[in-house]
Amino acid sequence: MKPIELEKVQKIIDGFKNKEVYVHLETTNGAYASHINKKAYNVGAYIRNAKVSFNQAKIVGDGKSYRVGLKMEMGWIYAEGLTDWTIHEDSKLLMAGHDREGRLMVSLQISETPFSY
Amino acid sequence: MEKHVVVIYPHPDDESFGAAGTIAKFREEGVPVTYLCGTLGEMGRNMGSPIFANRETLPEIRKKELIDACEVLDMNLEMLGYRDKTIEFEDRNQIALDLKSYLDKIKPSLVITHYPDYAVHPDHNALGAAAIEAVRLMNPEDRPTVWAQAISNDYEEVLGKPEIENDITAIFDKKIDAIFAHASQAQGVLGQRRDEASVNIDLKEIAKQNMGIERFYIWKF
Ligand SMILES: [Zn+2]
Repeated sequence: MKPIELEKVQKIIDGFKNKEVYVHLETTNGAYASHINKKAYNVGAYIRNAKVSFNQAKIVGDGKSYRVGLKMEMGWIYAEGLTDWTIHEDSKLLMAGHDREGRLMVSLQISETPFSY
Repeated sequence: MEKHVVVIYPHPDDESFGAAGTIAKFREEGVPVTYLCGTLGEMGRNMGSPIFANRETLPEIRKKELIDACEVLDMNLEMLGYRDKTIEFEDRNQIALDLKSYLDKIKPSLVITHYPDYAVHPDHNALGAAAIEAVRLMNPEDRPTVWAQAISNDYEEVLGKPEIENDITAIFDKKIDAIFAHASQAQGVLGQRRDEASVNIDLKEIAKQNMGIERFYIWKF
């Protein structure tokens, strides 16, 4: 993956508007968080291959870390802390946020075809 | 001497971090070892350092790392095809029957798995419980011995001293090679321990300090 380039990513998420798309949305601090640090909490959530449609899409950020909001007919999809992006298999948009050790903390992925399951 | 050892863990790298020395010792004695690996660690968060994997490429990368690690340890590999982080939500009995079908075929004299409820990761606890259930379903006279590995910080307080303590320092390089076959994971996992110690020492040293002894409880049915 490479650091997010705002204009390029904006253009790509615009291309997914008003289509049926599959979304992978995830956040995690790992299954060992409270094992390694007693004061930490294990939290994580993911949804894979949620079939959705959004009509508004925007990426906002300060040049290092970005937020993405996707507006659906009846709700929102939101991710914060995105730092990197790539295109997987020519068409799937992958965005993710990593910590300094390269560990994934958050990811938002959008595709017109399902992610492998 | 054991006849055949079956290792049952859910993630590519559990075998290397948890039991590589023990496995290598068995292989030195000429005992066949088979690894039943539950998942491909699809939901792992370590993406390499520097990053070279992403959520979509990780499964194939970890599959290759797993195959390499099994080559380093010279053991057979069977991939069970479950999905990372979901084992506890599957039907435990069905997983137990799946595992039992392998055990019926291989007829091991020893099974190594995680100690349910004391193995930290939900997949470890769930697959460990299913593995023990698989053995329990066998006729008592056909049952292999089960070595269960606990990981939680409090396990010794609660469970007492593990019966099996394998000092593996003599073959530690083999364990290091197996761990580093998991290139996407080794740095992140060992680095975590470095964070904790907040000292800047060699990753291999960290591994040696933390993993020179592999401990197991003998499961009582
Ligand atoms: Zn594991």
